Amino acid sequence: MTETATIAAALDRYEVVIGLEVHAQLLTRSKMFCPCPADYTSAAPNANTCPVCLGLPGVLPTINQEAVDFTVRTALALHCDIPPFTKFDRKNYFYPDLPKGYQISQYDLPLSVSGHLEFPVGGDAVRCGITRVHLEEDTGTMHHAGDVLQSATSSLIDLNRCGVPLMEIVGEPDLRTPEAAREYLVRLRQILTYIGVNDGNLEKGSFRCDANISLRPRGAQELGVKVEVKNMNSFRAVQRALESEIERQTEVLDAGGTLVQETRGWVEAQGRTISQRSKEQAHDYRYFPEPDLPPLRLDAAFVERVRATLPELPEARAHRFQQQYGLTAYDAAVLTDTRDEADTYEALVAARVPAKLAANWQSGDVAALANEHHVPLQHSGLGIDGLASLLRLVDAGTINGPTAKELLAELYVSGGNPEGLVRDRGLAQVSDTAELSALVDAAITANPAAAADFRAGKQRALGQLMRAVKEATGGKADMPLVNRLLRERLLEQ
Amino acid sequence: MTPRTITELAAALRDGSTTPRTLLDAALAHVDRTEQDLNAYLAVTRELGYMQADAASHMLEEHPDTASPLCGIPMALKDVLCVDGIDTTAGSKILRGFKPPYTSTAVQRLFDAGAVCVGKTNCDEFAMGSSTENSAYGPVGNPWDIERVPGGSSGGSAATVAAGSVPYSLGSDTGGSIRQPAALTGVVGFKPTYGRISRYGLIAFASSLDQIGPFTRTVEDCALVYTTIAGHDPRDSTSDPRAVDDPLASLHAGVAGMRLGIPREYLGEGTEPGVRDAVQAAFRVLEAQGATLQEVSLPSTDVALSVYYIIAPAECSSNLARYDGVRFGSRVERPSLTDTYLQTRGVGFGNEVKRRVMLGTYALSSGYYDAYYRQAQKVRTLVSQEFEAVFKEVDAIVCPTSPSVAFPMGSRDDPLSMYMCDVVTLPANLAGIPGISVPCGFVDGLPVGLQVIAPRFEDARVMRVAHAYEQATDFHAQLSPYASAAA
Ligand SMILES: [Zn+2]
Repeated sequence: MTETATIAAALDRYEVVIGLEVHAQLLTRSKMFCPCPADYTSAAPNANTCPVCLGLPGVLPTINQEAVDFTVRTALALHCDIPPFTKFDRKNYFYPDLPKGYQISQYDLPLSVSGHLEFPVGGDAVRCGITRVHLEEDTGTMHHAGDVLQSATSSLIDLNRCGVPLMEIVGEPDLRTPEAAREYLVRLRQILTYIGVNDGNLEKGSFRCDANISLRPRGAQELGVKVEVKNMNSFRAVQRALESEIERQTEVLDAGGTLVQETRGWVEAQGRTISQRSKEQAHDYRYFPEPDLPPLRLDAAFVERVRATLPELPEARAHRFQQQYGLTAYDAAVLTDTRDEADTYEALVAARVPAKLAANWQSGDVAALANEHHVPLQHSGLGIDGLASLLRLVDAGTINGPTAKELLAELYVSGGNPEGLVRDRGLAQVSDTAELSALVDAAITANPAAAADFRAGKQRALGQLMRAVKEATGGKADMPLVNRLLRERLLEQ
Repeated sequence: MTPRTITELAAALRDGSTTPRTLLDAALAHVDRTEQDLNAYLAVTRELGYMQADAASHMLEEHPDTASPLCGIPMALKDVLCVDGIDTTAGSKILRGFKPPYTSTAVQRLFDAGAVCVGKTNCDEFAMGSSTENSAYGPVGNPWDIERVPGGSSGGSAATVAAGSVPYSLGSDTGGSIRQPAALTGVVGFKPTYGRISRYGLIAFASSLDQIGPFTRTVEDCALVYTTIAGHDPRDSTSDPRAVDDPLASLHAGVAGMRLGIPREYLGEGTEPGVRDAVQAAFRVLEAQGATLQEVSLPSTDVALSVYYIIAPAECSSNLARYDGVRFGSRVERPSLTDTYLQTRGVGFGNEVKRRVMLGTYALSSGYYDAYYRQAQKVRTLVSQEFEAVFKEVDAIVCPTSPSVAFPMGSRDDPLSMYMCDVVTLPANLAGIPGISVPCGFVDGLPVGLQVIAPRFEDARVMRVAHAYEQATDFHAQLSPYASAAA
């Protein structure tokens, strides 16, 4: 059986229960509890550190208000409630990338609770509850001379990442398929990047996901044994890891075996998960309230001020694009995929480019060029304004499609003024009826066989005549007009 | 010449009869003479001191009128206070060789005022203890009887003021670690309201209880030091932003018409008869000054000790996790990470620290958290509420600072009897309220302290009552043999 078929068969007998936990680094300027820059990738190892994030004796944390704002913004985007009272707690464990011996996190009174995320999966609407969104600090990073710490001959510690604000988004176990899990993550990342709190990079780990998955026989009330899966650093990896877990768990259950509650790691190269830690080996984190930080009181006025900073979210924007610009659901979704994309689209429309024309070009040729050159439109030579003037020339009939395509490709890289270029190079479309009628007559005279074939009913023969007129204008002819003129002349004779 | 107070020295510096260098010379010479007996210092900061003395001379010359009263005056710091580039050990082997790259806010405020640092004083390891016998660097002698302890944990800071080496020092008080040694060495010791003094740069024992405060010879000096170091610090989120009342403004207002409460639980069976007599005599002095004394009740006092010994160790078990040998301090190198952790901490920490780390770890463990830590927090709230209720009846509380006078070294080898030392001081830490100890008599030549406690942020009131008592008596003017020898 193929993998897909195996999964489908398993899903017939078992209900899969999946809950996802996402850790997202916040795009704040400074770290969570100290003034160090939060950008940990561009500095030399341990350069972005201070006594606070190094955990030296006697120093104290102070709360980064921007991180609180970002988390509240996220919580609101996910329809969460913001309790008026929240606090930080210490999560205690020893590890060399955790200088204080505890992580400042949130335990029983998180910053927000009870939200949800809605999205379509294969035509069905899925609604996944959000248990909580809370705020904590990231750890440092380690570089082992060997695979893992235990067998390494030495380890280097970089504490640049230590203390970077980290948001934990805990989803309810409402997801029923690996595909839904993947889609949840795609949507969540889209929202986080839309509201500007996270850069959504799974590979670099600024957006990380752990999954809890269990199986139970269809109809059973009780939940099955839960397995936590880690080490997935792409959307594809999440889906594959969950599929692999479903297969593994199905085999065990089918054979009458029992599963153990454990943490498993996804090994991309082997396409399977391996056991990392059983429940018995689980840490006792000894959470208790962080005595160095007073509780936070987030009043309604503050929450409303943050709400006012929320941009229109992707789903709402796609809906509006359909209504306002008459786009199809598909086009609207494509054009609202990222906030930049949607902003670009609305800028084009605001610059008097017809909505449908803007949609076709932006999601077609422009997207292809952005891909090819790895440069988004707004940073290309052409820019949004340049594209708008180019498309206005198309709309006005000043240039034809093929000319516009060529100009676009050129200007995307080199930049320049489309109107000026069209004028200087004489690229303007030939759409003068008298001029074209003369060329049409000339083409019929020069290609009598083709003219005869067309009159005899062979539609395809028109192509040869069209090409002749196009060549005669150096490719600048208004081809729809040429088509009409040819038909009229051939049929009247 | 008897050891002089800050007020007297400030005047002498301005009338030209002395200089900051002369004062530092004298302090260092006194320390040199007495250290063999007292062991009050873990480091003498000669170089820093002379640099500061010269800077202070400059300040006094340029701005004699606006210079702080602390300018040019020598002082000492408990070794839990970080000073940039100066060895800071917290009395522990695990921090041997640690030089913090920053200065604690309270200390920086003294430095900015022109203070001259003589050295870092000995203390119980990580401020855990009531006798300074838990220092990894040997015990401190009480200047009144060097066979006896000076109290703790700030024993070195108390002893150096009692010995007359310096007119003031800073300590830290988590359960009585300033007030109790002040009482046992016959000096003034003050624990301000929690949140009044920034804890930034104070090596933490129990974050929700720790507070920095001064040791001085007089209450007026105490007010001078307090005023300099108190106030909001953006680097300590638990420091309070409200304006600081000037204790000097009300210092001389007296106690006439004041209602003072005597908690019946604070003079229980554990109190030595001599201490009880001295404190009751002190009550009569206050009455004679026009105060009305009445008995009050703080029923949770007996459980406060247990609560303290859950909360303080719980916080300490977490605060001390950073001493893992990875980044600073001493490390015992072992092939595996776990063994390196175990050996570093096993060798680096003393017994009392290990005991409290284990107690705290246990109290926070899953399955025990509700029974211990959560329950303790509830009782802590109750302790605060009882104080609040009492402060509706009275303006301040007066009571002994310590149930006993200084005890012989090695006489309290059972931890529980040592913990009992703090039974009348630690409730103020649990409630975050201010408390002061002033000398109020002697038992067989050993000092007794009177404690004054007031509501949160009524630090000025505490000093006002203590000052009124001090001015009516001369116990504070009596000198330990080491201070008399300075004459
Ligand atoms: Zn930092």
